[in-house]
Amino acid sequence: MFLTTRSTLNSLQRMQAIMVKELRQLSRDKPTFAMIVMIPLIQLLLFGFAINTNVRDLSVALVDQSHSEIARALVADLTATQVVHFVKTYQTPDQASKAITRGEVRAALVIPRDIAQRIGDERPLAQWLIDGSDTMVGSALLGLRNMPLTTLNSRGFATNFSTTKPTFEMSLFYNPQRVAAINIVPGLVGVILTMTMVMFTSAALVRERERGNLELLITTPVKPMELMIGKIMPYVFVGFIQLAIILGLGNIIFDVPINGRIDHLFFAVLVFISASLTLGMLISTVAQTQLQAMQLTVFILIPSILLSGFMFPYEGMPAAAQWIAESLPATHFIRMIRGIVLRGATLMDLWPDLLWLAGFTVIGLIVAAKRFKKRLD
Amino acid sequence: MLPDIAIETKNLTRRFGDFTAVDNVSLIIPAKTIYGFLGPNGSGKSTCMRLITGLLLPTSGSIRVLGMNIPEQTESLRLRIGYMTQKFSLYDDLSVIENLRFIAQIYNLDFHLGKQRINEQLHAYELDQRSTRLAGSLSGGQRQRLALACATLHKPELLVLDEPTSAVDPENRRDFWEKLFDLCDQGTTILVSTHYMDEAERCHGLAILEGGKKRADGSPNQLMKDLGAQVVEIGGDNLRQLKQQLIADTNVVSAAQQGTHLRVLIDNRIEHPQQWLQQTFAELMQNRSINIVRPSLEDVFVHCTGEGRQ
Ligand SMILES: Nc1ncnc2c1ncn2[C@@H]1O[C@H](COP(=O)(O)OP(=O)(O)OP(=O)(O)O)[C@@H](O)[C@H]1O
Ligand SMILES: [Mg+2]
Repeated sequence: MFLTTRSTLNSLQRMQAIMVKELRQLSRDKPTFAMIVMIPLIQLLLFGFAINTNVRDLSVALVDQSHSEIARALVADLTATQVVHFVKTYQTPDQASKAITRGEVRAALVIPRDIAQRIGDERPLAQWLIDGSDTMVGSALLGLRNMPLTTLNSRGFATNFSTTKPTFEMSLFYNPQRVAAINIVPGLVGVILTMTMVMFTSAALVRERERGNLELLITTPVKPMELMIGKIMPYVFVGFIQLAIILGLGNIIFDVPINGRIDHLFFAVLVFISASLTLGMLISTVAQTQLQAMQLTVFILIPSILLSGFMFPYEGMPAAAQWIAESLPATHFIRMIRGIVLRGATLMDLWPDLLWLAGFTVIGLIVAAKRFKKRLD
Repeated sequence: MLPDIAIETKNLTRRFGDFTAVDNVSLIIPAKTIYGFLGPNGSGKSTCMRLITGLLLPTSGSIRVLGMNIPEQTESLRLRIGYMTQKFSLYDDLSVIENLRFIAQIYNLDFHLGKQRINEQLHAYELDQRSTRLAGSLSGGQRQRLALACATLHKPELLVLDEPTSAVDPENRRDFWEKLFDLCDQGTTILVSTHYMDEAERCHGLAILEGGKKRADGSPNQLMKDLGAQVVEIGGDNLRQLKQQLIADTNVVSAAQQGTHLRVLIDNRIEHPQQWLQQTFAELMQNRSINIVRPSLEDVFVHCTGEGRQ
């Protein structure tokens, strides 16, 4: 018992030593220090502008209160556009909007009991509840307002429905003004953290090797896991500084709201930072030179920007790309932060992504520590 | 109780690909002595030390250090050795005292003991005036002192120093060696590598390495006594020309000019080198002084490593 406490304390002391050392070195490394602040700042301004693309296969839910032939025909017409893909059905609009908050679906179609009556009155046939936080999703669904009603017409349900009247009533949640920055900024947190966290730690061990410090370090009693944890800890603080810059300025410049609970936001960011730092550590055990470390970082960064849902909605991507996206921490994080910041989701709603990131961190650290041999060969 | 033998290697071999950096080296290094590795560049001194400290795995052969089998028990050895690498391996961007504090924490010295040890070391290695200077801005000699201060902070039983004085002027080198003798008196075993003869001569024991092989070992005096050649100093003019002609003879191991003399090593096969020289090179030896002198360590070194070259 005494021995275990003693060795735990020793271990903590060694980790603390590494951590303090890293912080000191970081504070004296002016270019890196500047990057910590400049990267989020510049990216934030660059990406503040919207990027538009075609969207297909959005996951949506159906709330059919009419249970009519007309409703089925309308759904067939919507499916034919290939913009949406009905994956769930709910009994009430309330259930559907909860599913939107959880991020399970991007929108829900509510078909009222009196749809036949509405056709006659030339009122909108049904209502879309839309998660407007991703502006691309929002615009794609808004485009449905004037879609052709081929099936409805061919079955003679809506022959006299004027083509100039909107087919649907639209309710955009979370981002009623459809400001792109609102969607971009939280995603940007994911991209910038991936970029900086992976970049700083991917060179961590290689740098010690190149400067010759490693030969001394590995002759000391320090354990690989202590080295890993001690080295990534300081960057957790760096990550939070960046988070504050992005969300703070995002709020001031682009009016990005923070709807969710701050403690949930911090916890999600903490888990993601840990996962990204771990990823960097893994690279550091593979790379032989700082240049290689940088190349591997870029190799991770590019799919994290393109496939994580930051630039293009996840649903629109081919299955293979989705598979790759699922293996990137950024994808899981962007899903979480959009949920929390824009839709006010809680960690309970987002537990699969949270668990994935936590699992990645633990397994990644173990693998990195195992890969790191206290040897020169 | 410490075993009387600090380090023992048997047929130690290390290959890098098909290049053999350490070739079948067997050593016995007694505890509480200063033991030197003397050898030219690339002779395998650093590789030997890395094998002994468990930083490299041997290709074959066995190593025991402080009664522990290396590489299996390397982790338990870590607390008991101090290692000073050939290249400065402390942090350039940390100050002197920050480096010392870092090492103190890594070796789990408790706060008060650590503080006290750091002050002792700063004082002993004359770094107290420079404790807040960044290590990267120190002179070569100051850096070596800092490195030694860090390597000895946790009072290791065994100190492994890889060319500790390569960037140090002669006076600082002398001071540095005084520190080593102090440590040795306190019971530390020291393994040190060097290219300098004067340093090698100060060691209690010595191994001469070349091309990864151990060419000779023993105390400096013993090595000089056992030299397989005799040393002759020849005076006179045109020494360079003389050297060319002598060196062509297979009985002449080496010839090197030293000021007004030519220092010539003649194989022990020749019983009376003076007479042999006068007979074999009768013309050349006219009007020259020929004296047999006591061998120096450099002669031993030249003799050992010369063999390797032939
Ligand atoms: N990691 C390695 N991979 C390949 N070859 C190596 C490696 N380390 C050392 N060598 C080779 O082994 C030989 C011995 O090197 P070592 O560094 O032990 O010599 P040394 O006696 O310390 O030389 P110096 O006086 O220059 O420090 C050299 O020829 C070197 O090129
Ligand atoms: Mg060397």
